[in-house]
Amino acid sequence: MTLNKLNVTQAKKQIASRDITISDLVHDVLRAIDRNNKNLNAFLSVNSSALSEAEKLDQQLFNHPAILEEKPLYGIPIAVKDNFLTKGIPTTASAKVLEGYIPQYESTVTSKLKKAGAIIIGKTNMDAWAHGSSTEASDFGSTKNPWDITKLPGGSSGGSAAAVAADMCLAAIGSETAGSIRQPAAWCGVVGMKPSYGRVSRYGVIAMASSTDSPGPITKMVEDARLILSVIAGEDENDATTITKKYKSDPIKPNKSLKLGIVKEYFMKESDQELNSIVEKAIGVLEEQGYKVQEVSLLDPKYAIAVYTIVQRAEVSSNLARYDGVRYGNYRDTFGEEAKRRVMTGTHVLSSGYYDAYYKKAQQARKLIVNNYIDVFKKVDLLLSPVTPTTALPIGATEGQAMFGEMQDVLVEASSLAGLPGITVPCGFVKGLPVGMQITGKFEDEQSVMQLASHYESLTNWNKTKANE
Amino acid sequence: MNSSTKYIPIIGLEIHIELATKSKMFCGCKNDPFGADKPNIYTCPVCLGLPGALPVPNKKAVDWTILLGLALGSKISTTSKFDRKNYFYPDLPKGYQISQYDEPLALGGRLNDIRITRAHLEEDTGKLIHATVKNRKVSLVDFNRSGVPLLEIVTEPDLRSAEQAVLFLKRLRQIVRYLGISDADMEKGSMRIEPNISLSRNVQKLPNYKVEVKNINSFRFAKNAIDYELKRHQELLEKGEVPKQETRGWNENKNITVSQRSKEEAHDYRYFPEPDIPPMSFSRSEIERIKSSLPELPQQKLERYVSEYDLSRYDAELLTVNREVAAWFEEALGAYIQTVTQGVKQKDNVKASAYAKAVSNWITGDLANLLKKDKAKITEIRLLPGHLAELLYLVDKGEISSTIAKQVFGEVYATGVAPSTIVAEQDLGLVQDSSALDEVVSIVVKENKKAVDELKAGKVSAIGFLIGQVMSRMKGKADPKQVKQLINKKLNI
Repeated sequence: MTLNKLNVTQAKKQIASRDITISDLVHDVLRAIDRNNKNLNAFLSVNSSALSEAEKLDQQLFNHPAILEEKPLYGIPIAVKDNFLTKGIPTTASAKVLEGYIPQYESTVTSKLKKAGAIIIGKTNMDAWAHGSSTEASDFGSTKNPWDITKLPGGSSGGSAAAVAADMCLAAIGSETAGSIRQPAAWCGVVGMKPSYGRVSRYGVIAMASSTDSPGPITKMVEDARLILSVIAGEDENDATTITKKYKSDPIKPNKSLKLGIVKEYFMKESDQELNSIVEKAIGVLEEQGYKVQEVSLLDPKYAIAVYTIVQRAEVSSNLARYDGVRYGNYRDTFGEEAKRRVMTGTHVLSSGYYDAYYKKAQQARKLIVNNYIDVFKKVDLLLSPVTPTTALPIGATEGQAMFGEMQDVLVEASSLAGLPGITVPCGFVKGLPVGMQITGKFEDEQSVMQLASHYESLTNWNKTKANE
Repeated sequence: MNSSTKYIPIIGLEIHIELATKSKMFCGCKNDPFGADKPNIYTCPVCLGLPGALPVPNKKAVDWTILLGLALGSKISTTSKFDRKNYFYPDLPKGYQISQYDEPLALGGRLNDIRITRAHLEEDTGKLIHATVKNRKVSLVDFNRSGVPLLEIVTEPDLRSAEQAVLFLKRLRQIVRYLGISDADMEKGSMRIEPNISLSRNVQKLPNYKVEVKNINSFRFAKNAIDYELKRHQELLEKGEVPKQETRGWNENKNITVSQRSKEEAHDYRYFPEPDIPPMSFSRSEIERIKSSLPELPQQKLERYVSEYDLSRYDAELLTVNREVAAWFEEALGAYIQTVTQGVKQKDNVKASAYAKAVSNWITGDLANLLKKDKAKITEIRLLPGHLAELLYLVDKGEISSTIAKQVFGEVYATGVAPSTIVAEQDLGLVQDSSALDEVVSIVVKENKKAVDELKAGKVSAIGFLIGQVMSRMKGKADPKQVKQLINKKLNI
């Protein structure tokens, strides 16, 4: 048995029953990273003291067994996307500009993980500054898809999704601005949970687009996502945009009274039709269970592309201004092409004379999108659709495609702009590549989203099929 | 025609005031850039603009901005927000300043008949220090000031002279200090002003240019800079030229302004709503709560002193110059009235105005002189308001003379010992034995024939000399009024 193949829920049980030690668990995970990272390039850095941390945790557990009740992630090796600041561990957001940067402080998310007993096993690759949906835009080389290393893992949390899919960790943390958790999780065949905007603190996360950035878990099963979210969620005095209402995470039980809506516009004719029909079949599984399912309508997702592109570029142009070459050691010419393009577009849409035509109009349209969801959620509790138009595309697919990310994320952008929670759960394969089903919920209703996702997961075996090592 | 009458000065002001909150605007760092003994000690990820750091607004600073708005009669917005002002400068670590663009906390208002445009809240920048280190010219950045709450007040172009501008600024500073929200010190830079200056032939129509002047750190420089600019503009206009729209800096050594940045180099700040801070909204009750904490303002106090205490406008202005002096005056007056009216049942009949003048005279006279001489603050002296009340009561009761009172006042000021103690210890009480006084008066009349003759001849002022002689022989322990009566009696005048 290789312990790295365990999920969080299983590992917790086996640590509690003393069937395994944390040191053995971490050892196996490190070995998996060592074996696979050459091919996959999922990790940018590995925590060199992980093993000694594990030994310490084993010792503490021996002396103080009750610690397991206090620390819900005790001894669990978790991979963290490289845009989360980790004190003393290099953090670059996969950008050359920050190469060699060692943070002086810890992000709220990683500090909560550590407090819960988790071991940060390493930092994962991503599109530089989270600009992209392929991880091909990393300044440190693309991550590869564990299901087929000639394919992209998606992005921007591609390193995290690939690490989970290849069992190089038990679970990972990603962040999503619009698609960056759900899309790579779908392409890598794992669970990706994007919470409501403000549910998880952004403090210490290198900002992409501040008004939609949402940290969240990427896991091997829905229950793991629930557990990790319960640890990292909550109001943060260091992030004024966090939701002040206390986050309640109840154990997941199926709730067949949830009303489901199929978003017809999201089964696009431009999409892979085989993928669309797999998602339809998955919805059929739920219908058989007695869920009430109806077709609903949302705004054409193409509007969301335009709105999202303008808002995100504008915020990016301002958020990257601090990397001005005065601090952090590297000059501005180390910015990659994609970042430069986004800074230029963002600067343009905020310029005097263009602000009204672009940024202001985009914010007005964003309100329409928010209201569109409010209306549809009067009829149903959850929305179902594919996550992506296609399965994982080949390495190199982004070349010359400045709008690659926006096109790939067309089915998640609107809900991101509205700040809604959503999950992707594996629901089948097209030509050996995983397909994800998207479940979107009302603002702050992560619970229903995970209830349905978990129920679906329990009815199928898709998450038990593993990527080839 | 006199050319100077052709043009009317059009002046507007932008004023920045650093708020004296305990912590900075968007983080928990100590807000004390002037008190810091080393650079970069009051810093954290937020005010250093480190990756991933997020701003959380300081509630107190927001409340204080609203408070100032209320004091200026502004309309307080029920919704407001922060915006990003994007520009590059090494003292601005995020590459943008968090400010307020189109929804300031306070809109409109008036002070000294000058219309206020708006008041908003933003953050201060770090401080650049240009130095030579190891033979290399370098620019050093001190971030102790980075993120200090900064209140910006903008006026309409209603000012017509440098003098008027300075009066306005002094009044504004007085209000800010009354509210206790800043020390508003121009020299330190906790109050900074940027006048916008132009000349027009027609007040109704603003000229098509304006010049902004920066780097002004005293009221005197403000006046000089405005006057210098007005003269410069007039000379250009008379030559048929239009002054360039630009930003100029005041050079205090040369007493001139110098061009810093022209209109062409003006920034496009690309303002947009700060996504890291949710929009703010204020309920009526919240604004009312802040309003209820508004203290009596200098102008209101002045009017009250005039109407309630019958003080002259001049005295009232002196007593209300700052909150501390006014508080000292009010406390001394209260204590005086309480002492005098002890045992009086019908306190409603007691009129404060009957006592205010005496208290006022001591403060604006002897005390003001002592404070000026010692460069002391009224809050830091040993003499307490209760001491003055006691001293006045001793004079009222006829226990000491007004001459002795002056001497005792000086000693209380120097030592903080109670007036009655000083009088007792040094035996300064009035001599109650009238025969002793009578004897001294006889001697003085005998020994000063010249003055006596003059007095008899009708030179009234001569009596002052005689009284002085008596007082001196009595070591001040006589009542000058009584002395005067005795002299007159003796000389049958």
